[in-house]
This record gives sequence, structure tokens and C-alpha cells, in this order.
Amino acid sequence: MSESAREEPKHGGEPRPPVMQRILDNPFLLLFLGVTIPTVFYVLWAVMELTQIPIAK
Amino acid sequence: MATQAQFRICPDTGLKVHLPAQALIKANAVAAVVFLAIGGLFGLSVALTRWPAVHLLPAEWFYLALTAHGADVLLFWIIFFEMAVLYFASAILLGSRLAAPKMGWLAFILMLVGAVTANIAVLQGESSVMFTSYVPMKAAPHFYLGLILFAVGALIGVFVFFGTLIVAKDERTYEGSIPLVTFGALTAAIIAVFTIACGAIILVPTFLWSIGIISHIDPLTYKVVWWGMGHSSQQINVSAHVAVWYAIAAIVLGAKPLSEKVSRTAFFFYILFLQLASAHHLLVEPGISSEWKIFNTSYAMYLAVLGSMIHGLTVPGSIEAAQRRKGYTNGIFEWLRKAPWGNPAFAGMFLSLVMFGFLGGITGVILGTEQLNMLMHNTLYVPGHFHGTVVAGTTLAFMAMTYLVVPLIFRRELVLPRLAQWQPYLFGIGAAGISLFMMGAGTLGVARRHWDITFTDARLSFDVPAGAFLMMGLNGICAILAALGGLAYVVVVVGSILFGKRKDAPAPAARPATPPMASPIASYGGEGTLKLPGTMVLVSVFFVAFVLYYYVNWKYLASVWPLR
Ligand code: HEM
Ligand SMILES: [Cu+2]
Repeated sequence: MSESAREEPKHGGEPRPPVMQRILDNPFLLLFLGVTIPTVFYVLWAVMELTQIPIAK
Repeated sequence: MATQAQFRICPDTGLKVHLPAQALIKANAVAAVVFLAIGGLFGLSVALTRWPAVHLLPAEWFYLALTAHGADVLLFWIIFFEMAVLYFASAILLGSRLAAPKMGWLAFILMLVGAVTANIAVLQGESSVMFTSYVPMKAAPHFYLGLILFAVGALIGVFVFFGTLIVAKDERTYEGSIPLVTFGALTAAIIAVFTIACGAIILVPTFLWSIGIISHIDPLTYKVVWWGMGHSSQQINVSAHVAVWYAIAAIVLGAKPLSEKVSRTAFFFYILFLQLASAHHLLVEPGISSEWKIFNTSYAMYLAVLGSMIHGLTVPGSIEAAQRRKGYTNGIFEWLRKAPWGNPAFAGMFLSLVMFGFLGGITGVILGTEQLNMLMHNTLYVPGHFHGTVVAGTTLAFMAMTYLVVPLIFRRELVLPRLAQWQPYLFGIGAAGISLFMMGAGTLGVARRHWDITFTDARLSFDVPAGAFLMMGLNGICAILAALGGLAYVVVVVGSILFGKRKDAPAPAARPATPPMASPIASYGGEGTLKLPGTMVLVSVFFVAFVLYYYVNWKYLASVWPLR
């Protein structure tokens, strides 16, 4: 199956899996993405807008 | 280091089971079931109060019961069960020892103390703030403290999961990529980190405010950050129950995913985008721009929805492929007709899949669309929608999984197998009913979280259409069905754990030579076929329903707010 398609070995030794597979096999990279993206687009963006609201007199 | 004495080999699945992990799975699963039972009872009392002809509880009790219901089922039942799923998907599926079992127990105790504390606070009556606890409503300090302890415990459990991934990799208990079910659990764990961080950022100051150390919490900031927790936690549920769907299909039918790549990419979409959809809870808030609302709910959310639709294709697809491999190849639907409908694990899983898509999924997209949201915002349509996702979807999937956990982890046979067979249908029909009828009432304008839709003593009256009373009555009847289904589940599970016949490991000869199940769930590799006519028909029906319902709602919006 194509699942097991591998790139040519780069420097002898083990063949390197494709890039996407290496990303998906790296839990801590995924953790970083999964926390940063919502923090920036959801939390920080909203809080920036909220701080722009003038205080009532 | 773990010694071999800490492991047993499961005679049914061939999986290598780390005993300390097994003990933690048991503890978390039992706690989960206890909170489901308590919370379900509160849910029934709420539904019977909202049935105008019954109107069970007085107003103060209604809000107390509603608060307890939301917290006990949405937070405590589901998250305790998810801890069990995380330990199962890491230690057991990877055949590894669990990292730091002592920390796992610390996590469990913190969660238990937190959940009990929050329940006490609610029952004392000073914390009927509903589980969203919007400021400036103020609960008793130990309500917030309980939630914080629970969240800290859950975070520790999540770290034990990550630790176990590292241990398994270091000790080379698996080769190549982690199995798909573990990947789904990883997705849930990642989302959990963001979820719990948001929870801590907002609940700690709120706790300090409740004891008078902080003077003011801005309500809008509270809502933004709170929903970072409140909504994302639903996405933990989605990731976890999708992982459970794959697990059940693999264990019961030996199904392999259609394509590892495609399913993993769908989970990857969840990791990237699912949490942004938290914004759909703030679609009518003033002070936040439409750009923010539309980016987070539409553009980003649709990519996450795409992820769900991929799973909605590949889960039934992998079942069809497995069944066809076994020779059920006649016509389009023989594979489905001859599926093991009498096995409660399979039946619950498939009902959960269908209802999550049709009831929860489609309506979620409607509610997440800024314009359409105006039609249903804060009506009973909202609880109707999420009883489609978290009750018919997540809860039913977790119930189904329990029917495998009891024999495989507790090593007990199910008592009352007949009752167990009926349970997913009873609960499923009830849950579908409460979902549909609450949505029906909401479409007719009935508010959510409201004790009296007749507005008896109000100065200004509001005429609810007669149909809404019918809907609330039907909702009450379905609530009784769902509660009976929930009761059946608790009886079967608790009965089996206490009195079920022990499944002692039999002599090797008494077992079939090849344990059938282990390989697909704990290994890498897909079916690699798309010749799945039955699944294609099911998916087409889904799309047609989706498009029609989407169109109907725009049409409805156009008639509510005509442009002349
Ligand atoms: C016997 C089963 C159940 C019944 C009869 C039931 C019924 C209800 C009813 C009538 C409401 C009130 C809606 C309103 O007045 O606004 C409600 C709210 C809610 N339910 Fe359930 N439910 C059940 C199970 C569940 C489960 C298993 C979950 C979660 C996994 C759940 C989560 C919630 C949540 C989060 C709320 C909102 C609470 C709030 O607005 O603060 N329910 N339920
Ligand atoms: Cu949400």
C-alpha cells in the first residue's frame, strides 16, 4: 500500500519517512501547534479587541 | 523500571496490559459511572420541570438541579471516562508501562475531591450559577475551588499520558507510528492542554474574586476565556469518541481504517482548528468584531467540520470494508444488515456515529453560522443541539466502550446480557428524542434555562405557541426513556463489576489459536480501498439532509427578517 511509501535514504542508514508523517509522528510539535493557534487567533485576538473598548464614564 | 510481573497478557486480545494502568482505568471508569448516575438523575428532574404539565421542581431547585446536571455529566462523567481512555490508548495499546502511576493516582484523587467539593457547593444552594458560572453571578468559593482542583487533576492525568508516549518510544514497545486510536487520544490530550489552561486562567481569578481578593472581573473577558475551556472541552469529547469509534470497530469487527493518512489528517485538522470554534458561543456579544467571529467560526470551523466529515466517511467505510472482507458482499447493505446489532458495543457505537452526525453535527454548523445563530441563540435549540453531540454522540459511544472495558479490563462477564443488548437502543432513542424535541421547542422560541415558559407572574406576557407545549411534553417522555436507558447502563455495569462471572485466564488450549482482535487496534495499516457502495449511499443521504436543512434555515431567516 502507498501508506508505506518511503523516500530514498538520505544518508545511508534508515530511510526517512515523508515530511507529513514525521510531523504527525511528533506529539510535541502537534502539542505546540494545538496550543499556539487557538491562543493567537481565539484568545489574544479577542482580548486585543476587548481592550480597545472605551470605558464608560 | 517495570518488571514483567507488572504485566499480564490479555487472553482475548493479545494486548499486553500494565497492571497499574489497568487499576487506574478501573478507578476512573467507576468514578465516571457514579457521576453519570447522579447527573442523569438531575437531568431527568430538569426535564420533568420543563414539562409544563408536570413542572416538578420549584424555581430555586430548578436552577440548582440544572447546575448540578451540567457539571456532573458534562465535566465529571465525561472527563473521568476520558482519563480511562487516555490510559488505555497509551499504556495498553502501546504495550508499555504507564509513566508515573503514582501521579495518575494523585490526578484521580484531586479530580475526585474537586468533583465532590463542587457538588457539595451546588447542593448547599449558594452556587446555582449553572455550569458556565458567568460573572457577575457569584458562587460559593468552594464551587470554583472544586472545579480548579478537578482541572489540575485532569492536567496531571494528561501529562501522564504524554509521559507514557515518551516511555513507550524510549523502550521501543512499538514500531513506527502510534496506532490510530492512540493518535485520536493524543488529539484529545492536546486539546485538553489548551482547555485546562483557559480554565485555570479564568477560574483562578474568579475564585479570588469570590473570596474578595480581586474586586472586579470583566464579564466579556470572562466569557471569551471561559469558552476557551467550555467549548474546547467538547472537542476533547469529539476526538475521544471518534477514537472510541475506531477502537470499537477494530475490536468487534477487526476493522482497519480505510487509510491511515486520511484519518490522521482529519485528526490533524482537529488539532489545528477545532478549538477556534469556541467563538460560536460569542456570536451575539457586542464589542468583538465580525472579522473575529467569522474567521473563528466559519473559516476555521469548517475545516474542523471537514475533519469530522472525513471520520464520518471512514468509520462506516472501515466497517463496510471489514464486513465485505468477511464475505458479506451481497447488494449494497448486506454488510450493515448482518452487522452485530445484538452486541451492545457495536450497536451503541453505530447509533452514536449516526446520531452525532445527523443530530449534533448538522445543527452545530447551523448554530455556528453567525447569521443563522440569530434565529436560535439562547433558545432550547442550543441544549437540543448539544444533547445530540454529547449525549447521543459522546455518552453513547463511551457507554458502548464500557461493554468492552468490563470484560477486557475488569475481567468480568456482563450480567443481564438481554438488558445490555437493549440498553443502547433505549438510551439512544431517548437521547435522540430529547435532542429533537428541545430543538423543536427552541425553533418555536422557547428559551433555554428557563423555569416557566408560561411567564405566569410576569408583567409582560409572552405567548408561546401551543406546539411548544407539545414539544416540551414529548421531551419529558423521551427524558424518561433516556433516564431508563441510563439506569439500565448503570445496573449492567455496576452489576457486572460486582457480581459478573470472573473471566479467569483459561488454559491456552481452550482459546482459539489466533487472538482475533489485537492486531488492527494496536497496529498501523489501512484497508486501502474505496469500493464501498453502502457507505457512499449513507454519506450521500447525510449530505442531502445537510444541504436541505441549511437551506431551510436561511429561508427561515429571510422570513423572520425580510428584506423589502
Ligand atoms: C437522562 C438523560 C438526560 C436528560 C433527560 C437531559 C435533559 C436536559 C434538560 C431538560 C436540560 C435543560 C435545558 C434548559 O432548560 O436549558 C439539560 C441541560 C444540559 N444537559 Fe442534559 N440531559 C441528559 C443527559 C445529559 C448528558 C449525558 C450530558 C452531558 C454529557 C448533558 C449535558 C447537559 C448540559 C451541559 C446542559 C446545560 C446546563 C446549563 O444550561 O447550564 N445532559 N439536560
Ligand atoms: Cu461550543
